[in-house]
Amino acid sequence: MTAGQLFKNHFPLRLCHSALFVLLLAGCSKEGDHTKTVTLTGSSTVAPLVADAAKRYEETHPEVRIEVQTGGSSRGIADALSGLADFGMVSRNLKPEESALQAHRIAIDGVCLIVHKDNSVPALNRQQIIDIYTGKIENWSAVGGPEAEIVVASKAEGRATLEVFLGYTRLDSADIKADVVVGENQQAIKTVAGNPQAIGYVSIGAAASEAASGTPIKLLACDGVAPTSEAVAKGLFPITRPLQLVSKGVPSPAAQAFLAFLTSSKITDLIEAHLYVPVAR
Amino acid sequence: MVLRRPVDCLLGWVGGLIALATAGAFAWILWDLVRLGLSQVTWGFLTGELSDGGRSGGIGPVLVSTAGILGGCLFFAVPLGVGCAIWLSEFVRRGSPWARAVIGGVDLLASVPSIVFGLFGMTFFCQKLGLGFSILSGGLTLGCMILPTVIRTTLSAMRNLPSDLRPSSAALGLSRLTMLREILLPSAFPGILVGITLGIGRALSETAALIFTSGYATRWPASLADSGRSLSVHIYDLAMNIPNGGANAAASALVLLALILAINLTASGLGERWRSRQTGLRN
Amino acid sequence: MSRSHADRVVEAGLGLTALLSGGTLLLIVWFLFEGAKPALDFGMLGHLFGDGKWQPGSVRDPQFGVMSMLIGSLLVTGLSILLAAPAGVLSAIFLSFYSPARLARGHRRLLELLAAVPSVVFGFWGLTVLVPAIDRLHPPGQSLLAAALVLSLMILPTIALTSVSALQAVPVAQLQAAAALGIGRPRLIWSVVLPAAWNGVGAGILLAAARAIGETMAVMMVCGNIAQIPASLFDPVRPVTATIALEMGYASAAHKSLLYAAGLLLVLVTGALICGMAFRRQTETSLPRSWS
Repeated sequence: MTAGQLFKNHFPLRLCHSALFVLLLAGCSKEGDHTKTVTLTGSSTVAPLVADAAKRYEETHPEVRIEVQTGGSSRGIADALSGLADFGMVSRNLKPEESALQAHRIAIDGVCLIVHKDNSVPALNRQQIIDIYTGKIENWSAVGGPEAEIVVASKAEGRATLEVFLGYTRLDSADIKADVVVGENQQAIKTVAGNPQAIGYVSIGAAASEAASGTPIKLLACDGVAPTSEAVAKGLFPITRPLQLVSKGVPSPAAQAFLAFLTSSKITDLIEAHLYVPVAR
Repeated sequence: MVLRRPVDCLLGWVGGLIALATAGAFAWILWDLVRLGLSQVTWGFLTGELSDGGRSGGIGPVLVSTAGILGGCLFFAVPLGVGCAIWLSEFVRRGSPWARAVIGGVDLLASVPSIVFGLFGMTFFCQKLGLGFSILSGGLTLGCMILPTVIRTTLSAMRNLPSDLRPSSAALGLSRLTMLREILLPSAFPGILVGITLGIGRALSETAALIFTSGYATRWPASLADSGRSLSVHIYDLAMNIPNGGANAAASALVLLALILAINLTASGLGERWRSRQTGLRN
Repeated sequence: MSRSHADRVVEAGLGLTALLSGGTLLLIVWFLFEGAKPALDFGMLGHLFGDGKWQPGSVRDPQFGVMSMLIGSLLVTGLSILLAAPAGVLSAIFLSFYSPARLARGHRRLLELLAAVPSVVFGFWGLTVLVPAIDRLHPPGQSLLAAALVLSLMILPTIALTSVSALQAVPVAQLQAAAALGIGRPRLIWSVVLPAAWNGVGAGILLAAARAIGETMAVMMVCGNIAQIPASLFDPVRPVTATIALEMGYASAAHKSLLYAAGLLLVLVTGALICGMAFRRQTETSLPRSWS
């Protein structure tokens, strides 16, 4: 007696079973003629850019298949170390304990502070930023803004943007007295857009693009430098991070070829479309 | 009928207001989506490929992957869940240690955070079983996740069958198997269908469990062994990672809601028809 | 009752599916335990319960206290049940006894749809609509209250839908008998319908509570994510699930195993609560008839 016999005469159940059987068969026919696969995993900041670049690359290299998976910078590092991925995607500088990996820079991203559009504060310098994030300054009036309590938004532990921010302010993550902790850039942008007293820090490209399309946020100049792509490209802006691929040992020929493509000028327009800054070459 | 006394009026009004508030909140959410996204939903959007990280282009491959993930999920969860529920309702004494252990396990499974399912699926299906980032891995992970929903609803559908069905069919000399196949399952079918529908809803709206298992790929999937992002993962990525991805995120959410509405309507229609065909079995 | 060979085969097969279903949980608990093992091996258990703060990334003063997050999970879930359970049951009463049948059918479709809205959509709605509104009352807006409100909206459909079916499963004869005695409608609902339907309503609430404690994305966007025991409804909280979602992709090996340990603790605490409830109720609950 089989399950099939058990359900005989009952059309919906039988239909279910035959449909699922077909699905199972489809699942067994593993990928066909693609011989070379390059796998990249990691940072959700880098993934959309690399995915678009991969699509362009596959158009001219039909024999290569590029798998892009997200999950965070640490996953990229772990997968590159374990060999699960040809490259890990990482949106920060490598730490000393990660020196077994080679880093290949593909773009640069600036990080700037944002406030609500209605906030009259003109700009902040490094010391003011430190004082706000450590809770020494609790009212906007102390830095030339309106008479209102400051709502401090920071990023979650381990996030690449936080690491970059800590590097700039030379703070320890335990020093930061946040009122709100957020994850992705868009969450930080929405948080500040919905709260006139809030301050946060996000990717310059993302913030500029959202501000241009009407989201009520304002990008703050930092140490007197306006947060623009040009300033980041020229190395003038004080808070930046590299978007890079990391690998362990010598990558496969197919992986090396894709890496050469990613670090060439052939994806400059994609980098700009994703609001990051190409590496000066 | 009964006189309208103050308490009666109050109860009606409070209940009505709450129902209205729920509908209002839903309308508000829906309006936000429609305002942002409805203009994007075209035939080209439904069938086209993604471009520019999803900010433009369509969701064709995503829809195909979603269907594959859902298929894999149901293939795993429906036979297992329905089988488990039948066993619980027909083959063990209610309240016996075995039944309690299984039901307790199932209830606890319902409360496991979806991101834990994702990490579990990545370790178990993708790595241990060697399925890699694939639609199949994602489907199996979701299958584990909706198992409690399917079991719980099927179990209650079985238990709520008229209590005289079993002794009457036993009196007719039917074997347990025949009784199950010819009488109990057909009668419980509409209820089982509801459980599956609820499971589908839960599976289609899931994000966290899929990011780590079926993955992120946006190409047309060729088989279940390919990676492919589901509609909800796509919505999440557009909303959280892609600046100005809001419009296409809202459009994709509208498509998802329409899909679920269609599935719900089909299932309830199917259930109704089945019920009317089986009325002879009901008392 | 005859027990043929085929019967026994089917029984064994079905028993196997039950074993597999129950086994899935064991597999997941074992997997969490494996992940958490490095942290437990290093004697972190004391830190998990003893440390006051959660700052695993700090170089100067790393602390790994998860108690505030466990309490956060329970507070958010408890509060959302407190809001959604009465609201769900009351709207079910309205739909079953007060509203016209057509309206009730339409509303049920709406609840089914609401139950399937992706949590990201709820999260963004909460972040752009609810949080600014709460912020005007009391900054920062991201708070226990916001999380509980969003979550209760997410679980209300489950409670309302199960309650409607439970109420409708009460035998008509009982209602007619009670009505014949001249009992008013509220009294009828309170002393006849609700007691009869209580099992089904309870099962729905349990299912909703389980969903609430495991919910991640929507809560993460509106709760503020500060690991503290909130002093008021307007203070931010951080449930365990939000921590895992925020930090898992970015955690180093040691930090990662701490996150697994936190997940394991959450599952254990939930398990203890479910067991406790099952023992108190004695009879296990089941969902009501005709849940469609």
